[in-house]
Amino acid sequence: MSETAREHPAVQKASSGNPRSIMYREALREALLEEMRRDASVFLLGEGIARRGGSYKVTEGLLNEFGPKRVIDTPLAEATFTGAGVGAALTGMRPVVEILFIDFSMLILDQIANQAAKLQFMTNKQCSVPMVLRTQGGAGNGLAAQHSQSLEAIFYHIPGLHLAMPATPYDAKGLMKSAIRSDFPVVFIEHKLLYMTEGEVPEEEYLIPFGEASIKRPGNDLTLVAWSNMLPRSLKAAESLAEEGIDIEVVDPRTLVPLDKKTIVDSVRKTQHLVIVQEAVRRGGVASDIASYVHEEAFDYLDAPIEIVAGLNTPIPYNLSLEKACIPQEVDIIEAVRRALARTV
Amino acid sequence: MRGRTILTRPKTQDPRPKTQDPRPKTQDPRLRDLETRVFRSPKLSQFGMRGYNPSGMSEAIAGIIDEKGKVRSGAVVPEIDRDDLIRLYRAMLLNRRVDERMLKLQRQGRISFYVGAAGEEGAIIGSAFAMQDDDWLIPCYREAGAAFLRGYSLKDFTNQLYGNLEDEIKGRQMPCHWASRELRLASVSSPVGSQIPHANGFGLAAKFTGRKEVALVYFGEGATSEGDFHVACNIAGVFKAPVVFFCRNNQWAISVPSEVQTASETYAIKAKAYGIEGVQVDGNDVLAVYQVTVEAAERARRGEGATLIEAITYRQGAHTSSDDPRAYRSDDEVAVWKKRDPIERFRIFLVDQGYWSAAQDKKLEEELNEEIQTAVRRAEKLGPPDIETVFQDVFAEMPWHLREQLDELNETLNSEVE
Repeated sequence: MSETAREHPAVQKASSGNPRSIMYREALREALLEEMRRDASVFLLGEGIARRGGSYKVTEGLLNEFGPKRVIDTPLAEATFTGAGVGAALTGMRPVVEILFIDFSMLILDQIANQAAKLQFMTNKQCSVPMVLRTQGGAGNGLAAQHSQSLEAIFYHIPGLHLAMPATPYDAKGLMKSAIRSDFPVVFIEHKLLYMTEGEVPEEEYLIPFGEASIKRPGNDLTLVAWSNMLPRSLKAAESLAEEGIDIEVVDPRTLVPLDKKTIVDSVRKTQHLVIVQEAVRRGGVASDIASYVHEEAFDYLDAPIEIVAGLNTPIPYNLSLEKACIPQEVDIIEAVRRALARTV
Repeated sequence: MRGRTILTRPKTQDPRPKTQDPRPKTQDPRLRDLETRVFRSPKLSQFGMRGYNPSGMSEAIAGIIDEKGKVRSGAVVPEIDRDDLIRLYRAMLLNRRVDERMLKLQRQGRISFYVGAAGEEGAIIGSAFAMQDDDWLIPCYREAGAAFLRGYSLKDFTNQLYGNLEDEIKGRQMPCHWASRELRLASVSSPVGSQIPHANGFGLAAKFTGRKEVALVYFGEGATSEGDFHVACNIAGVFKAPVVFFCRNNQWAISVPSEVQTASETYAIKAKAYGIEGVQVDGNDVLAVYQVTVEAAERARRGEGATLIEAITYRQGAHTSSDDPRAYRSDDEVAVWKKRDPIERFRIFLVDQGYWSAAQDKKLEEELNEEIQTAVRRAEKLGPPDIETVFQDVFAEMPWHLREQLDELNETLNSEVE
């Protein structure tokens, strides 16, 4: 399959020779561990990441190996320790700053949007900010309006920031390692429902470059673009529809900035139908932006209007059944696919 | 303010006989430090001799009843009538029992999340009791006890935990994120410290319109590291805002211990930099908390400006149901603080005063248990709010981009029914 060739060769090796399945959070932890061992300038900064090992255990045990100089529990001062991260990065260090919930990243917007994102440009490359901002978003645990948001569009919008939203353990590890090694500021958004999901990750080291989408399921009838926790949901929808003979191609951009437009456009030219799934609210989202690119570059190939499946334009409520109604479910994706295909002449 | 000298004072000057100390000996440096700083402070043990210093902003930690529930010698007990004292006790015990029950519900998966206040009831309820009905309370997230004292019903509280169709805030907020405009309880907000600047707004609005209202804002010691805290204290100082900044120093900001949170000698001392008053109080002594808060509120009401109160207390339980403190602190430490429990101390005080008995206590326990059971049973039976409520109140009037989604959703739901 030509599609799997897009994946790192190590994957095939792992699945054929030495298959090893680990959790998303373990994959992230491995990435941090390996990069910290490799490069002494990498250090971690955040709330409850050292002794407690992070709310989702991504940094568990790192304090023991690297000590309190490299795994730093900060006082509760998001804007200030993010600013400290920016400062350290300006001196050539490679801080990985953790913000517990993406909702709280609104407290650090100045440091990210006005400082980290722009310093390289404003100084004509005299300095750069090789910092990774790790955070997690998304709904699904009944955590309501201030702990459940999908805010990637805010970071997507700001020139100068790279943006990764991996959906699998494999992608999480490979992208995190690339993020730490990159010389630009990266916003790395994890999903709270993905931490416990498992997937194959090779023992051997590998990197995943930014700006390379991954075709998670090849198909011919329709292209589904989805990222983060909408990927597993889209894959499930694709499997259900496969039973009816509908052959869907699922594309995960993996990084939204840079966006692998070519893979998406190529896929749409082949399938002639596009459904984009995002957990974030419908308005002003990345899905709309992807749709606009496809309109520009593949309009003549489309057999039906692009469908966007997205969150409701509301804050996320606490009540679980209301929360569920606010976030795209498998059934919503299936319906959107049917709508798109029904319009085919 | 207490100086660091306290820490280095030789142990031989500890006036209490060693044999009276039943606490387990430990080599945990944090634990040693904590005992010394707070409760082995010679100044505190001498405090009973000096009594409560009504000028407030004293050099020692304010306290009225000691760890064993006895009135410190020379201390002035505030004049509170019997019924009110029992009301205070009832609210504290209710808070404790509600927390115990609701945390169990969370463990059983019946609610998604819970924030308990075990060990901090004295600080929370004593301070709320000191405020007048027209004063605003601006909660952090651990102050359900203050809400109960104000009259927020257990029924409303429990419905909120379940986010059911009778929930006053329509199932929109996380458990323990209540609000009641009627009772002047501002909305609980998750991002740490974000409520502190609001207090200046509440206070200044009262000042500008000539109302004699004061705003009391709660936050943990961890929040004092947020910029919002410093900015708010500064603005309160400049405008002489009628505000009480109430810092619950419960020793732990989730897993970060108090001594890593700040390099200041105390939290109260931070007030000095902003030109407002600062005071430390034994947060497990509900009467001392009350007295200190009354004085701070009255200062504010007289137009003399804001006060930062540091209530020294302890979070006996986990930060929230999402936390497991065994990962970062010792059982010994918790045991030490459980001996300083605010409810137990206050109960002994009430019994000593002849206001309370074991029989009354038993009856109250049964009554609270029944109340809690009733509220839970009822809340659990109720379904979710109507789906349309999700679209309401995002804007004053529903714009097209929400109306369209609502229509779509209704269409889907109707087709599913068919």
